[in-house]
Amino acid sequence: MQYAAPETAKEASRLLAECAGPARVLAGGTDLLVQMKAGMVEPALVVDIKKIAGMRDITAEDGGWRIGAAVSGAELGENAGVTADWPGVVEAFELIGSTQVQGRCTMAGNLCNASPAGDSVPAMVAANAVARIHGPEGVRDCPVGDIPVSPGKTSLGKGEFVTSIFLPARPGHCGDAYLRFIPRTEMDIAVCSAGVSLVLDDNGVCTAARVSLGAVAPTVLLVDAAANALIGSKLDDAALEACGSACAAAATPISDKRGTVEFRKDVSAVLAKRAAKIAQQRAGGRS
Amino acid sequence: MAFDEYQKRDFKVIGTTPLRPDGIDKVTGRAQYGADYYLPGMLVGKMLRSPYAHAKIKSIDTSAARAMQGVKAVVTADDFPGTATGETLDVQDHCLARGTALYDGHAVAAVAAIDAETARQALKLIKVDYEVLPHVTSIEDAVKPGAPLVQEGRRGRKVPKQFSDNCTGWCEFGHGDLEAGFAKADKIIERTFKTSSTHQGYIEPHACLASMGSDGRADVWCCTQGHFHVRNLCAQIMDMDQSALRVTASEIGGGFGGKTTVFIEPVALLLSLKAGHPVKVVMSRDEVFKASGPTVASMTDVKIGMTKDGRITAADALIRYEGGAWPNLTIFPGAQSAFACYDLEAVRAQGLNALTNRPLQAAYRAPGAPQSIYAVEAVVDELALELGLDPIDVRLKNAAKKGTKSSYGPTYDDIGLVQLLEAAKAHPHYSAPLGPNQGRGISSGFWFNFGGETCVSLALDFDGSITLVEGNPDIGGSRASMSMMAAEELGIPYEKVRTIVADTASLGHNEVTHGSRVTFAVGLATIKAARAAKTEMCRRAAKIWGIDEDAVVWEDGFAKPAGPNAGEYEPMSIEKIAKDSPRTGGPIVGHHEVTAEGAGVSFGVHICDLEVDPETGFTKILRYTVLQDAGKAIHPQYVEGQLQGGAVQGIGWALNEEYIYGEDGRLQNAGFLDYRIPVASDLPKIDTVILEIPNPGHPYGVRGVGETGIVPPLAAISNAMSHAIGVRMQELPMSPPKVLKAIKNKG
Amino acid sequence: MSKLHVTTKINGDTVEYLCDPQESLLDVLRDRLRLTGAKEGCGSGDCGACSVELDGRLVCSCLVLGVEAEGAEINTIEGMATGETLHPLQRKFLEHAALQCGVCTPGILIAAKNLLERNPDPTETEVRYWLAGNLCRCTGYDKIINAVMDAAAEMRGA
Repeated sequence: MQYAAPETAKEASRLLAECAGPARVLAGGTDLLVQMKAGMVEPALVVDIKKIAGMRDITAEDGGWRIGAAVSGAELGENAGVTADWPGVVEAFELIGSTQVQGRCTMAGNLCNASPAGDSVPAMVAANAVARIHGPEGVRDCPVGDIPVSPGKTSLGKGEFVTSIFLPARPGHCGDAYLRFIPRTEMDIAVCSAGVSLVLDDNGVCTAARVSLGAVAPTVLLVDAAANALIGSKLDDAALEACGSACAAAATPISDKRGTVEFRKDVSAVLAKRAAKIAQQRAGGRS
Repeated sequence: MAFDEYQKRDFKVIGTTPLRPDGIDKVTGRAQYGADYYLPGMLVGKMLRSPYAHAKIKSIDTSAARAMQGVKAVVTADDFPGTATGETLDVQDHCLARGTALYDGHAVAAVAAIDAETARQALKLIKVDYEVLPHVTSIEDAVKPGAPLVQEGRRGRKVPKQFSDNCTGWCEFGHGDLEAGFAKADKIIERTFKTSSTHQGYIEPHACLASMGSDGRADVWCCTQGHFHVRNLCAQIMDMDQSALRVTASEIGGGFGGKTTVFIEPVALLLSLKAGHPVKVVMSRDEVFKASGPTVASMTDVKIGMTKDGRITAADALIRYEGGAWPNLTIFPGAQSAFACYDLEAVRAQGLNALTNRPLQAAYRAPGAPQSIYAVEAVVDELALELGLDPIDVRLKNAAKKGTKSSYGPTYDDIGLVQLLEAAKAHPHYSAPLGPNQGRGISSGFWFNFGGETCVSLALDFDGSITLVEGNPDIGGSRASMSMMAAEELGIPYEKVRTIVADTASLGHNEVTHGSRVTFAVGLATIKAARAAKTEMCRRAAKIWGIDEDAVVWEDGFAKPAGPNAGEYEPMSIEKIAKDSPRTGGPIVGHHEVTAEGAGVSFGVHICDLEVDPETGFTKILRYTVLQDAGKAIHPQYVEGQLQGGAVQGIGWALNEEYIYGEDGRLQNAGFLDYRIPVASDLPKIDTVILEIPNPGHPYGVRGVGETGIVPPLAAISNAMSHAIGVRMQELPMSPPKVLKAIKNKG
Repeated sequence: MSKLHVTTKINGDTVEYLCDPQESLLDVLRDRLRLTGAKEGCGSGDCGACSVELDGRLVCSCLVLGVEAEGAEINTIEGMATGETLHPLQRKFLEHAALQCGVCTPGILIAAKNLLERNPDPTETEVRYWLAGNLCRCTGYDKIINAVMDAAAEMRGA
């Protein structure tokens, strides 16, 4: 195995594109090293992107936030600005692993690992986050939800890698939240999860919503029917019930060592309702 | 003599809490565990493991691996001398497959190479031709006639006809007339309970360093609970005299019974012999789960009859355990312990063991008892509930006490169960109010505790300090307890005694550190060795003073004339006796060798409160109290530690831990990610209450404490859950999907 | 395949080593530098027994490549005491009997040290959640929590 730590994104793209065997991007390494140890992947080349300028930066941009691909969970959690605007995204990211894993893991890595249960992804999808991708053809932006295509596979081409995640500006009364179900209090992969992002008008009526589910399908589900159940309402019990039912109906989970189909459907509905309520509370707090 | 050892006395050192002697090493990273040894020229050994639960090994071609640069040895089971027989052959086969792979992860070949990466690559070059065979992994399936046969010719003689040829063991205990007993009952409850296989979960994987020469002599360093046993097993497997193999126990990173046998040491020795260099073998976490010794999984039928005022009239249990692909005897302690907490006129416990295509089980803290007592305590709880009786009152009404003929045969001497139940009833936890979705459960528990072969040597160093040499790896702080007992007996400060765990060449045989035997048996031997030393030191003083030996006594670290008639002599200090010893007869060493008897049984009672989220089945342990009889707590903090550790293992076992097998017979959760042991944020404080009802068989009244603590949690938590959600739970673990399903089905 | 040369700082000392690209920092610490205080309990970041500080962050050394240590500052358990003076956490662990087998202890001490440097007055819940990535099988965590809270109090001068 070869190791390279280029100092520009262009150089990184070139190395990834030209590698004959399997090449892997290394940011936090909290998925890659585990997979290498388990023998799931034997990279011919590992490209460490942490030395590229900007990879570790968090910058305000157009009212939103651009988060470098190598920003760790610990670092993002310490950023008051992002936490204030996107508490759901931050809390989702902060749930990954342990304190030790938080010292290294990245949102871009979590996204590109393309696990159906990756904690940061439903929240990023609900937030309408956009990934910036560098490749041999140049730079392009892509909605985060379009990157994982199936478990372990992304839509990125050879030589492409994510250099940052953009979280858009927040207008008016808005809030987001993420909840996941795990059997312990920490250290588990999500059995199912829900991310909700809402906008309320001055009267507390929901004018926009995005409801996403994790770990109940090969990739994150954006459930329009669940969002529509909330839009136009003040998130009363009936609206929340309808939102939950839509989630249970949309979910297509499997039964595995972490949960059954039945359990995941039931609990994703419960989590969506609870996350919606938290997002509503957070939206109420903004001017 | 077994039961007249105990003498009541006031203690100076016993019952205090000095710092442990291995403490500095362990908080600075200096302590050396199994994987922390290195020798010049050392090679790295790795195993190739079967990906099939059951497969005939038609051929293994190691030629390409042997030819690889950096590879120094490649072995299969054919390379063993072939001298192992009986149980030892089973152990050898479990370490390295002989002709058939019997479980997913069963080692089929091993390599020793100059580094880990080379060894890993070499494994890939080994070609194994497997013929996949039908497999069976569940106890339910394994006992049915027509089940895939795990091994030929292993059927137990006493196994009843209706069970399959996978059944290797049958036992029965009890007394009285069951039919008459059940006829007297006002209420009878009969239920079946299941538990999954769990793993001891020690954080340190198995590790060893073996150095064997072509002269047939070898040294092994390994993490183990019993290095003498390691020596004896490996010597038989490698066709060596026991004295030719010296085993040194490293510090051990957790055992709980799982390190009482060998999984890698024979292969490491074989590799070292063939390679001509020391070989280090360390299991990965994946290998630990797949190829060491988890517990038995169980299916238990319990039937208990009770009068309406709470007296048990008859109790019957059939336990079925599966412990992997080779026979094991865990049904014996399982069946014996099932009703051990009760004073019963009519009782029967039967046990059936079956083979499955899984790794061979090893002990896990009170082996067999948690599974059987879980079932019994759940039925007792349900009877109490149905009859409107307090669960502790019901247990008090039927509690085993001194003079009770136990369900497994012996009559109890002084025991502390009644005192524990009364203490539990009086404890503030028992009467604390409960909120919605909360439930409280209690359970009794029991473990036999053991004695066993023990050798201790207590040397008086020339400055009067003491070196105490024992042969039992320290898994709970026992070195401190031994030093305390020696110091107490000699009347000197604790700091003057250094206890070390010596290698197998330094002492006679010592039984494995298991069965909660060490504080009892090694402590007993230590006290006797100290008494022998005192006798000799008094004799030396008598010699110096020119008086009769009988005229000298030992008190608080000094030899003193027994009385005014003996003469007027200044007390002689231990330092002086030590310094003069070359002139008075030579170095002074007290020693004691014994197969210790008189271990005292230990009972426990646990109280658990939990809360269930009715929409998700998520369970939170709110409050937990452990009450246990320690006989005499030598070092109270260490006793508390055992109680707390055992309780938390039980919490994990009850809520989330299980071996999950796929249809293909492969283990799906061989890592700490999906084998879910409790983490710090899962738990409240674990309160402990230590009672001391002295064990007549030990000079200070010590009872073993290490194991009982894992027995009550399973039923305490299951009973609490049943009360919280209003549904009797009959299967462990009670993971959220199962809990939510139970809640939904009830509604 | 040839080895890479790394220069780093460990416990305040400049250290150089050669390692293969796929070796973890844990492998390097233990097998190349013989700093065996960090333990491999799982190799997959699930147990925390390999915890070290990397540029002030608490990390699992099994999840860091040896080559990633280039130019970094690493603290291991071997650097926690100063000569014969133990860190208050080390002392409190002994006083409170917060270890039994001790194999998880180096990782927990490093994790607790990192916590108290960031948050000198944590609640019990904060300590438990911070240490959730450090598995202990012997103690049930009880005395560990007591020791950390007591050390924190002493270090605050409370």
